[in-house]
Amino acid sequence: MSKSIKIRGLVVLICLILALFSLAPTVMQDSLPGWWQNAVDPIHRGLDLQGGMHLVLGVDVDKAVESRVDSLSDQVDALLREKDIVFKRIERRQGGRLVVIVYDADASAQVDALMAENFPSLEGETLPARGGYIEKHYQLSQKEAENIADYAVRQALETMRNRVDEFGVSEPTLQRQSDNRILIQLPGIKDPERAIALIGKTARLDFKMVAENVDIAEAQKGNLPAGTQLLYERDTNKRTGAVTETPIVVYTKTSLTGDLLEDANVRIDTRYNEPYVSIDFNRVGAKRFDQLTAANIGKRMAIVLDDTVYSAPVIRERISGGSAQISGSFTSQEATDLAIVLRAGSLPAPVKILENRTVGPSLGHDSISKGIKSIIVGSLLVVAAMIIYYNLSGLVAVFALILNVVFIGAMLSLFGATLTLPGIAGIVLTVGMAVDANVLIFERVREELRLGKAPKVALDLGYGKAFMTIMDANLTTLLAALVLFQFGTGPVKGFAVTLSIGIVASLFTAIFVSRVIFDFFLNRRQVRRLSI
Amino acid sequence: MQLIKSDTNIDFVGKRKIAIIVSLLLIAVGIVSLISKGGPDYGIDFAGGTLVQVRFTEPTGAAEIKEALKGMNLGSLVVQQFGDDKNEFMIRMENTSAKLKGLAQSVQEQLAATYGSDKVDVRRTEMVGPQVGKDLRLKGLKAILYAMLGILAYISWRFEFRFAVGAIIALIHDVVITLGAFSLFGKEIDLPIIAAFLAIIGYSLNDTIIVYDRIRENLGRHNKEGFSFIVNRSINDTLSRTLLTSGTTMLVILALFVLGGGVIHNFAFAMLIGVLVGTYSSVFVASPILIFWEQRQARKS
Repeated sequence: MSKSIKIRGLVVLICLILALFSLAPTVMQDSLPGWWQNAVDPIHRGLDLQGGMHLVLGVDVDKAVESRVDSLSDQVDALLREKDIVFKRIERRQGGRLVVIVYDADASAQVDALMAENFPSLEGETLPARGGYIEKHYQLSQKEAENIADYAVRQALETMRNRVDEFGVSEPTLQRQSDNRILIQLPGIKDPERAIALIGKTARLDFKMVAENVDIAEAQKGNLPAGTQLLYERDTNKRTGAVTETPIVVYTKTSLTGDLLEDANVRIDTRYNEPYVSIDFNRVGAKRFDQLTAANIGKRMAIVLDDTVYSAPVIRERISGGSAQISGSFTSQEATDLAIVLRAGSLPAPVKILENRTVGPSLGHDSISKGIKSIIVGSLLVVAAMIIYYNLSGLVAVFALILNVVFIGAMLSLFGATLTLPGIAGIVLTVGMAVDANVLIFERVREELRLGKAPKVALDLGYGKAFMTIMDANLTTLLAALVLFQFGTGPVKGFAVTLSIGIVASLFTAIFVSRVIFDFFLNRRQVRRLSI
Repeated sequence: MQLIKSDTNIDFVGKRKIAIIVSLLLIAVGIVSLISKGGPDYGIDFAGGTLVQVRFTEPTGAAEIKEALKGMNLGSLVVQQFGDDKNEFMIRMENTSAKLKGLAQSVQEQLAATYGSDKVDVRRTEMVGPQVGKDLRLKGLKAILYAMLGILAYISWRFEFRFAVGAIIALIHDVVITLGAFSLFGKEIDLPIIAAFLAIIGYSLNDTIIVYDRIRENLGRHNKEGFSFIVNRSINDTLSRTLLTSGTTMLVILALFVLGGGVIHNFAFAMLIGVLVGTYSSVFVASPILIFWEQRQARKS
């Protein structure tokens, strides 16, 4: 045997062994020794095949900017009072504007000086208003607003990651995308609704004082005194499960927020056998809570989560330990989830669901079995066609084809690529198109044989002449596949992946491997007729 | 076995005028259908909307499901049987909900209330907001456009510019006819279909390039015979390969079409049409365009 065949044969053999080695964990799963399973992962199945959830959430960054302006307005309010500057009121207006309304030019100048000293980054503007007042408008600079937005998305991603970790999902994906979007993929999730509620809940916890002397009926008609807001207290009847909502008016100003939490845990109230969430403030929070309770003994304080009042207990005494509890007729799962979101921290801004694709495990299972069935049937048809048309040479092409599918699988598992349903379609398609290279070669060989060339010479010429054609044809298809990979999303990307891998693998098997087989059989043998 | 004898010489080029009429007719039918339906029928991936795929333990009907959901004010609602069994359905709504408790969940609860919660299995839900749908549509268009530009550049480099033009016109021809067929058969276009379109582009191109390659080779060999003769000779030379490869590809696509299941069904349909049209176009569109080009050049000079 000539040296070249030996070397080429060895290359094919090594590739085959490597391919089988990396495919084994996918096919045999747990029956392999541990080191083997650790060395190569089984082929990663996409969400459409194994079931799971694909979410795209949009972070409402405008709200983050607004809430920054809100907190600025609290600070400005405190500063103005501290410096005894007379002003009519402070308000936040559309587009993140902070407006201070003063009575005269003196006060206006004082406000200017104060703002320039304390908030140099704000862009100011003075406008005369009706009734002789002067409106001082302040706005965050474009860059500052962008920073806040950017930070909000980053923080939201971080918080969601914490929540997903606490929820316990294997191999979750969380990614930031353009346009303030966050992509979340949770494979194999059992309870998608619960996961969405857990991940997407803003979980902004506020402690607000109840405005007792406001007429609820008037408030529901929309007549609210300045600085108060109408909220609803949620209550679930344990026996009937009916949810009632009681209106309650609170002061808009937040007395204390959940940012100052250190820990949150589920406890069981032994008297009613009812779960509640116990929260512990950090040092700053504990001090504020202490001051707050001391100043408001006998008044009611509402515990507000995402604009829903969970409870509004009367403060009976000063609480200095820095812990409190949120009770509100929870089920134990609700209480657990609430504790999780409070521990993981609140989202800096509310999120919206922009895209949600959830596939149940049973459908994924069906898709796999149908996909495998079509690969097998499609391959068998192609095998039959090739053998009928090209006889023994067809058999060589079939062998190359089988190796091709094995190599595609091996590369998928080695590269850690994800197999999706369109990806399976890509493999099936590759099977159909992979024989093309062999068809091109065989047709050329037949032509050369017709011209009276000897089998070996005809093979040589056939492979040689078909080579550039095959390269040109496959490289352009590869080009289309790569573009698809760049612009495709989700499952479609999977199609591009298997198509690209399939093209590369088929070039190797159809040109290189099939040639080695021919050479192996024709070597040192005087073949007069080629079975083609 | 040999389907095409080696001395076969069918006059493909001579029939190019008929071929053009056939192509234009196919394109016209598709475009008329597209216009009368007000554009392509986008699936929720591109139009936005909500989709719920439900399997019931017992057979039911689309009308019953619609009846069960009647009180929910869902906007335009389409209920379709999924696959061959009478117990699996796809419910598609134009509406979306950005809220945490989505529309799909409400539909699920309503169905569970009507049919009994252990009789309803929601196997898939998809919600695509209008903005995301618009983005995906743009991305899909971009993908097809960039793929074509890349191909134009590659073929211009490997062959000549006129070959590239011929190939691209053949590709547009294939995609437009497939798009028309989708509209005609009332099938929706969603993400996997874009993948199918790109696969069609790849496949049709494959076919075209193989004929072009032969034309280039024969140009050196039969210099005296005239360009149309060479083109026709090349098509005949590669005919056997064209038929065999299309044949094997069609076999696997048929396997996908019949056995692949509902999700893959439309994908396979697109490929089926695309491969047929793609094979036709590399013989009857891509190559004759070279001749038209040649004749125009000759008339100019």
